[in-house]
Amino acid sequence: MKLKDVVDKLELKVLTCEDKVGAEVSGGYTSDLLSDVMANSKEGNLWITLQTHQNIVAVAKLKDLSGIVLVNERQPDVDTVQKATAEGVLLLQTSEPAFVISGKLYQLLGA
Amino acid sequence: MAEENGLSQVFEITGKDFGRAGTISTKIKEILQEIGIDSAVIRRAAIAAYEAEMNIVMYAQRGTLTLTLTPTAIRLDVDDEGPGIEDIELAMQEGFSTATDEMREMGFGAGMGLPNIRKNSDEFAISSTPGKGTSIDVVLNLNQVAE
Ligand SMILES: Nc1ncnc2c1ncn2[C@@H]1O[C@H](COP(=O)(O)OP(=O)(O)OP(=O)(O)O)[C@@H](O)[C@H]1O
Ligand SMILES: [Mg+2]
Repeated sequence: MKLKDVVDKLELKVLTCEDKVGAEVSGGYTSDLLSDVMANSKEGNLWITLQTHQNIVAVAKLKDLSGIVLVNERQPDVDTVQKATAEGVLLLQTSEPAFVISGKLYQLLGA
Repeated sequence: MAEENGLSQVFEITGKDFGRAGTISTKIKEILQEIGIDSAVIRRAAIAAYEAEMNIVMYAQRGTLTLTLTPTAIRLDVDDEGPGIEDIELAMQEGFSTATDEMREMGFGAGMGLPNIRKNSDEFAISSTPGKGTSIDVVLNLNQVAE
């Protein structure tokens, strides 16, 4: 499914790199541990997390993730937004907690 | 490890500099992409480089990562000046971590970095002198399908 459709259907707020929403979402990975995401996320995954500091950008970039979804309406740090913009990493935000948004994404991609 | 005939490039990594953490591994990934290395190999190299870089940032004062490309392999030789590792076998166990609370809050300290480096390497060697530093040598073979 295209990222754009996921963003629309899950009502995600786009914080950076709106131009990346044409990409394909291959699935999702929900974790707040960076090494776990490095080890177990797959190319094209949407990463669902509560981490908001700038180190999440390198992880998304290194793993070719399609985007990062910040849960519970968490605000990214200023340098996270700067880095994501510079590196071309799509940052998204939801008011839902990780469990709920993961379930919705699972349902959407599974259907 | 001895130098083979190949192209080497040395990158400096500064300890405790979380702001720039990840820039070296990102750079290495870009270099490998530019020369057209197989994407599956790049992904494994990126994981190994990132985890080694992060360990220097988290635990050491400073270090270097040397990327060497030969016709048959990618080598990552990582050396740091830092506290070293007392018990390497323990440090290699998944889940073992001495990360501080502050690091854990940021999502570091799963104790997965070193095991991930080994998992993604075709050859892996680690050595350490407590009080001096740690060295990790990784080889990823080209022209063959791993995984
Ligand atoms: N370069 C290093 N210098 C000193 N100690 C190190 C170094 N690398 C690893 N260690 C020690 O080995 C432990 C395990 O490292 P490992 O990378 O597997 O996990 P971690 O860094 O604690 O957590 P994670 O990598 O999952 O964020 C560390 O907690 C630390 O005690
Ligand atoms: Mg580590």
